[in-house]
Amino acid sequence: MDMNAYLSMFIDESNDHLQSLNENLLQLESDPEDLSIVQSIFRSAHTLKGMSATMGFEDLAALTHEMENVLDLVRNSKLKMDSFIFDTLFKGLDALEAMVQDIVAGGTGKADVTAIVASLQTIMKSDYKSGAAAPAPAAASAAAAPSSSTSAALLDQFQASILMQSIESGLQAFFVQVSLEETCVLKAARAYMVFDLLERGGEIVKSDPAVQDLEQEKFDRSFTIFTISTLKEAELIEGINSISEIASVQVTPLDAESLASLTTAPAAAAAETAEPPAAAAPAAGSPAKQASEPAKKTTPATGGAVARTIRVDIERLDTLMNLFSELLIDRVRLEQLASEVKRNDLTETVEHMARVSSDLQNIVLKLRMVPVDSVFNRFPRMIRDLAKSLDKKIELVITGADTELDRTVIDEIGDPLVHLLRNSVDHGIETIGDRIAAGKPETGTIYLRAYHSGNHVFIEVEEDGSGINQEKVLKIAIKNGVVTEEESRKLTPEEINMLIFAPGFSTADKISDISGRGVGLDVVKTKITSLGGNVSVDSVFGKGTKFSVQLPLTLSIISAMLIKLGSEKYAIPLTSIVETGIVKRADILEVHGNQMIQFRNSIIPLVSLSKVLESPDYDEGAEVETEIIVIRKGDKWAAVMVDEFIGQSEIVLKTLGQYLTQIHAISGATILGDGQVALIIDPNALIK
Amino acid sequence: MGEELKVIVFALGKEEYGIEVDKVRTIERLSPITRVPKTATFIKGVINLRGVVVPVIDLRGRFNLSETEHTEHSRIIVVAVGDLEVGFIVDSANDVIDIDTDTIDSPPEIVGGIKAKYLRGIAKLGEGRLLIMLNLSEVLNKNEIIQLEQLEV
Repeated sequence: MDMNAYLSMFIDESNDHLQSLNENLLQLESDPEDLSIVQSIFRSAHTLKGMSATMGFEDLAALTHEMENVLDLVRNSKLKMDSFIFDTLFKGLDALEAMVQDIVAGGTGKADVTAIVASLQTIMKSDYKSGAAAPAPAAASAAAAPSSSTSAALLDQFQASILMQSIESGLQAFFVQVSLEETCVLKAARAYMVFDLLERGGEIVKSDPAVQDLEQEKFDRSFTIFTISTLKEAELIEGINSISEIASVQVTPLDAESLASLTTAPAAAAAETAEPPAAAAPAAGSPAKQASEPAKKTTPATGGAVARTIRVDIERLDTLMNLFSELLIDRVRLEQLASEVKRNDLTETVEHMARVSSDLQNIVLKLRMVPVDSVFNRFPRMIRDLAKSLDKKIELVITGADTELDRTVIDEIGDPLVHLLRNSVDHGIETIGDRIAAGKPETGTIYLRAYHSGNHVFIEVEEDGSGINQEKVLKIAIKNGVVTEEESRKLTPEEINMLIFAPGFSTADKISDISGRGVGLDVVKTKITSLGGNVSVDSVFGKGTKFSVQLPLTLSIISAMLIKLGSEKYAIPLTSIVETGIVKRADILEVHGNQMIQFRNSIIPLVSLSKVLESPDYDEGAEVETEIIVIRKGDKWAAVMVDEFIGQSEIVLKTLGQYLTQIHAISGATILGDGQVALIIDPNALIK
Repeated sequence: MGEELKVIVFALGKEEYGIEVDKVRTIERLSPITRVPKTATFIKGVINLRGVVVPVIDLRGRFNLSETEHTEHSRIIVVAVGDLEVGFIVDSANDVIDIDTDTIDSPPEIVGGIKAKYLRGIAKLGEGRLLIMLNLSEVLNKNEIIQLEQLEV
């Protein structure tokens, strides 16, 4: 079998399982008593182990196996989760993720996991220590104690009758429990010495684990024995204690009464043993399914109606998108031809085709939509780790994770959001002490919200932290040369807040690992602007800060206004256009050398597109009346003079390629119905 | 004997130039070019090459030769080097030949006004015919364009 064929599937599914492990562990951390979460964690881990073993990634399988062992104990209520176990499990997850990433990058997925494996094993062992103590009183009082592992120590009827007969004939029966020291190396040898001692003075009826297992060292550090002995209780204890490396020994004399309860207990034990196989069944089922039908995604255990989905290579979707764009260009061309030919049946057919293709466009665009959850899902873990390392208490509240965005936007939005969140954790939320002093609850809250609004998606990061200290911001801005002192006096509070996005600005007193290198926020702004979005900040000093990111729904097809400038055609994105109009040359005002016009009771700047774009054959100066397009960037407006409006159209965004980058006022290109290329104007560059 | 090299031969004025065939994506007749504002003068604009927007530069302008009116022989040779895909406007393109890499000499300092670093070498084709082999990555070097733009400003 060619493993490569399954590799991408393996990677996809591993990532899914790792993600669900991460999420479930976080959930469990907030609610450690919920064993149903442990069940699903266990299942994910188990499937992951099965898959990686099948694919031959031994280290991955080995580590998962150890984690699974710990989870198994938790699942069977033999182990209580505590913060050490959580940290170890999270570390294990990180290591697993790193290995899977290595495999993605073409590596072998090998990694040194001994440290994590060792700490996982300590967890296991400390369980056995407490586990060993539990059965002792249970056996002594002869209580059935169904939840602990005493069931194995119970006697069958034959063994019980032997013991009973021995007691009746005057011999003494004992229940002996031995624990070896943690450092014990030759465990089998020590066990043998105990057996030897007991057999010298009597007979061993039963041992748990069985003698063969003890000989092969197939036990942890403790074992139990039912023995008939001529020796006294004290003599037995002394004898066993004289063997070296014995940590503890407990000898309980048995009488007829306690024996009876030990033999009647099997009924309860049977009821208990019936449960583990049932729990093991789904776990055992998933690897089998995995092996026989690797194409089938193992459905999460949430049950209920699971949306039926298929995985599609993203490249195919891109190809579909490109082909559709071609079709869109032809559609525009056909519409043009039909309007020239003016034949009714042709026009009708073309109109019908236009309707079908716009439906098709919706579907194609929807295909590329991904819920923001795919970006958000890693944040709870990130916030948890950050908060821990900074010794702060922070709760992350995510809403609207099902809001959908184009995949290209999703791919790019991750890093800026990480920056914003880190910023909130580091600079926003105060330390526990400061919060209490400010009369706030100990735990800070960060809200991460996503929602649709018109043609945009908004993502907000809001926290109830210290807020922006405007005085401090101004001081630093002046010190770092972002603004001059004179300029600073004219700034509105909103403008002062926006200063934190300026390059080289950082208000952190100390540079921390988390943020505060002063590169964070201006990178965020640049990135989001390059995605055609916008970022703003709203803050009340002492109360908290809200960052609001506005993003376009899609980057591939947009509505635009086509305009003419002499012989050249350009497109202006409709989202930035407020309205169109006409201005008389006589109405143009000159303010400080700049052209302005009056528009709805305010004075807005007038931009000459022909000058900005160095138009070779158009100059609005010769006209008496000029068409204008009023555009908007945030709350700033400007009027742009153009030659002629052509009309509104859906255009397919194309890049200008790698050779032509960073061209002033041009954000890309599109292909018009006549096959010619038209440049897309970046309205943001026209407003200063 | 060196290796055989298949090259596309094109002309700028009286000189003949060569580009390895595997670097050439397609050769097109001139189609309408959309001007891109605020770029170097030799960047003529962009064309629609079957749904892909490709920038076009005039090789004469790139090499500081005098630019001439385009004729019916003028062609756009679209080359692809790494991530870059760029069309060259040339006076004509009409031949594909095999040359022996051994016949390529390193270029003299100045050839027909073209700086030596743009050239990979000069191949002797016999009968006194010389073929100038272009060093595409230098021709498409963007850093230099930025410098040029700064000079113009």
